[in-house]
Amino acid sequence: MTTQFVSVTTRKDWSSDQEVRWCPGCGDYSILAALQLLLPELNIRREETVFVSGIGCAARFPYYMNTYGMHTIHGRAPAIATGLAVTRPDLNVFVVSGDGDALSIGGNHLIHALRRNANLTILLFNNRIYGLTKGQYSPTSERGKTTKSTPQGSLERPLDPISLALGAGATFVARTHDMDRSHMQAVFRRAHEHHGTSLVEIYQNCNVFNDGAFSDINSKESRAANLINLRHGEPIRFGANDEFGVVGDDTGALAITTLGPENESRVVVHDEHLANPARAFALARLMVSDHEPTPMGVFRDVDEPEYGDQISLQAAASREARGEADLSKLLRSRGSWHVD
Amino acid sequence: MVVHEQSALENVVLRFAGDSGDGMQLTGERFTSTSALFGNDLATLPDFPAEIRAPAGTLGGVSSFQIQIASYDITTAGDSPHVLVAMNPAGLRANVHLLLPGAMIIVNGDSFDERSIAKAGYRTNPLEDGSLDSFNVTSVPMTTLTTEACRDAGVKPRDAERSKNFFALGLILWTFSRSLEATLEWIERHFANRPTVAEANRRALHAGYHFGETSEMYAPRFDVAPAPYPSGDYTNITGSAALSWGFIAAAHRSGLPLFLGSYPITPASDILHELSGRKEFGVITFQAEDEIAAVGAAIGAAYGGSIGLTTTSSPGLDLKSEAIGLAVSLELPLIIVDVQRAGPSTGMPTKVEQADLSHALYGRHGEAPLPVLAALTPSDCFSAAIEAVRIAVTYRTPVVLLSDAALANATEPWRIPELDELPVIDAHFANGPNARTDDGAPAFHPFVRDASTLARPWAPPGVAGLEHRVGGLEKADELGHVSYDGANHERMTELRAAKVAGVASSYPALVVDDPQGDATVLVVGWGGTYGSLAAGVALARQRGAHVAHLQLRYLNPLPRDLGAILATYERVLVPELNLGQLARLLRAEYLIDVASLHKMRGAPFTSTEIADAIDAAIREKP
Repeated sequence: MTTQFVSVTTRKDWSSDQEVRWCPGCGDYSILAALQLLLPELNIRREETVFVSGIGCAARFPYYMNTYGMHTIHGRAPAIATGLAVTRPDLNVFVVSGDGDALSIGGNHLIHALRRNANLTILLFNNRIYGLTKGQYSPTSERGKTTKSTPQGSLERPLDPISLALGAGATFVARTHDMDRSHMQAVFRRAHEHHGTSLVEIYQNCNVFNDGAFSDINSKESRAANLINLRHGEPIRFGANDEFGVVGDDTGALAITTLGPENESRVVVHDEHLANPARAFALARLMVSDHEPTPMGVFRDVDEPEYGDQISLQAAASREARGEADLSKLLRSRGSWHVD
Repeated sequence: MVVHEQSALENVVLRFAGDSGDGMQLTGERFTSTSALFGNDLATLPDFPAEIRAPAGTLGGVSSFQIQIASYDITTAGDSPHVLVAMNPAGLRANVHLLLPGAMIIVNGDSFDERSIAKAGYRTNPLEDGSLDSFNVTSVPMTTLTTEACRDAGVKPRDAERSKNFFALGLILWTFSRSLEATLEWIERHFANRPTVAEANRRALHAGYHFGETSEMYAPRFDVAPAPYPSGDYTNITGSAALSWGFIAAAHRSGLPLFLGSYPITPASDILHELSGRKEFGVITFQAEDEIAAVGAAIGAAYGGSIGLTTTSSPGLDLKSEAIGLAVSLELPLIIVDVQRAGPSTGMPTKVEQADLSHALYGRHGEAPLPVLAALTPSDCFSAAIEAVRIAVTYRTPVVLLSDAALANATEPWRIPELDELPVIDAHFANGPNARTDDGAPAFHPFVRDASTLARPWAPPGVAGLEHRVGGLEKADELGHVSYDGANHERMTELRAAKVAGVASSYPALVVDDPQGDATVLVVGWGGTYGSLAAGVALARQRGAHVAHLQLRYLNPLPRDLGAILATYERVLVPELNLGQLARLLRAEYLIDVASLHKMRGAPFTSTEIADAIDAAIREKP
């Protein structure tokens, strides 16, 4: 790829003239800010950047970006973005989605986008609630959650987006949260740089319908005890004094344990690039409930053929095999005869 | 040496019938190909079960292929076969009701054993019980003769037995005085990697041909002369291939890439197959996870500046409705092909019906008008595809193009157009600002409309200064920002409707087929019934009726000259393969009392059905 000069931009250049209409205090604001501040640093052009969204609070995101954008229909953004990305490999295509949009109505599109591995950056804002429809439980809501549609508590087990993505064969899977701009930006940058489909789950607070959903993990007081920072090549340790660590057991599962001289050597060293997703999956299943230590960062980052590249290769192979396109020849390809 | 009487005929209708595994479609296609090369006009009607291998020997498992060949211009595969080739008792029983007395029946006598006869539902052997006395029946031991012919050829007995369809083909080629050459070439090519199978088929083909020549039990021979054709290059084409090539041609003439998003569904999958093999034309095909993703991806491609195409059959259109509504709102070009099959729900997947008209016209929530057109014949699918792209691109709108199960699979000869005869389509992408901001700076407003077409700019990403957002929320007129203003919504609704209504100004004038010029009854059909209605009208004229025929390609908006034409006739007869969807539309639009004729049998109208209805309409005229 040739390096092109991209003029210096600022957050203002990437912000549209539309008034942002999320509820005051919504976690979406900090995600928007993180991205608008990051984009000028990515050496990409606004006119070559497209945000595609479905339906939900998060889906309003494209309206606030001074890029190309499509606000589409519920759950379908990954499919729509795939059509765009494979026909326009020159574009940076971002998908903005939520837990209802991506995992409920659009679950099928998400898993197939992930296994195809077209060049998409999927940002999944997970607030564990339906916000736009005013407070019903979502596929990521914890079991027993009392909402307007579950006055006696929800009966369903929550879906974990990271586990789902890994199961679908995703090549880049990460989690970040709306309380840490620099962590978000680091993860977004990696997701953008990944050639293929990247999925970033963003813990996002809905201060109106599900306030504090993640505070046991990411509030300033909880972080030391409950937020596990994944760093490639480093032992997975956390705690105010790094006193806890993640170790493997005989079943292949991972577990959290208090570290001492007797088990320090058993702490798992994080490797984003393992071909086998089993370790990353075990990391995603560490938490037994929503209030326990939770990994943040990049779970998996592997190179697999990108879908659009493979489409181009097949087109080139067809031209190689059959010569340049000749419409006149095509119309005679099933046998023809001449009448005088 | 047997002396055979050779009769010259103007047309012959021939039907091959057998088990799904007997290779009847292949046999029919080979005979079609030979007849086309010979220069006959022809039309075909394949008819097969939805199951890949339905239970052998049963009526449900019968696969048939009907073809009419003629020395003059024909439009259908014919009502009633003059010749039925039945490879087994079920093939006979499923089709014998179609025959008129005197028709010729050739059966594979080997297959009429007790078990197969019972399996087909016969109590006694129809070859012996006198039930076929009004027909001219020839029983040929095709299996035995084929196996015999393949002896010592290193062919497995099973493969030898499977070649019996080529025996039947050889016999029929002899019957119609056709050469074996094209079929032999095809066998050579097709079975290049399976030499023993090729040998078995060759031997079976020759055995059938020689059987006709030498057998005393087999006398008749027919000759159907070539039809007069305008000069040019010709090919045999199915509706599915013509559609596929039409879209490739539209891409070629517009300079736009073609993107197909599709989910496999009978009988639309052949378009996906055909386009998947044409990647050298810059065609991208995307087999999506479902019908919704298929149309969604096509919308994404359209936003990026490609011709976005999605193909499906009836049940798939249900699933696409939401996304089509989005395309109406986004005002992006999109083509939705619906190869209609019998519904509701899963219905009869391989059988023809045209019952999706109302769905295409109205099947979306809100006021969501879009252009709807329908292909008339297999070869017309080519130009209908180009026309659909022209309308979609010119007016920045989704367009529904209706085909059907009969058109998709049927074959007819087609004069290959010269490339410069094809229309040019201008995408006319936005390339710069089209407005000013309040403070006078150049700006791009995505919903500023072209004064004549009311089309909005198509501005694919990549152009600096044209960054804009579109979405399914209502947009402010011209600006394109989200707007919940009532007056604006009404205006945008009216603008979208006016834009689609304006498509009618780009149609060619309607041409009514009314050779006598004094008809009082007008037959109005739409889409794929063209062939059967034209044949029915021709039959009615032979019987002495003065009747006019008009076949509609444009269903929304309706042509502007249609109302005046309808008013000219005392009676309007609307035959449809549905319960009267066009009839209701015509009544509503023009306040005239059209008579509806319907058929819901998974098969096209016969000429007789149409001619009888015309006779009745003339008798009943006010």
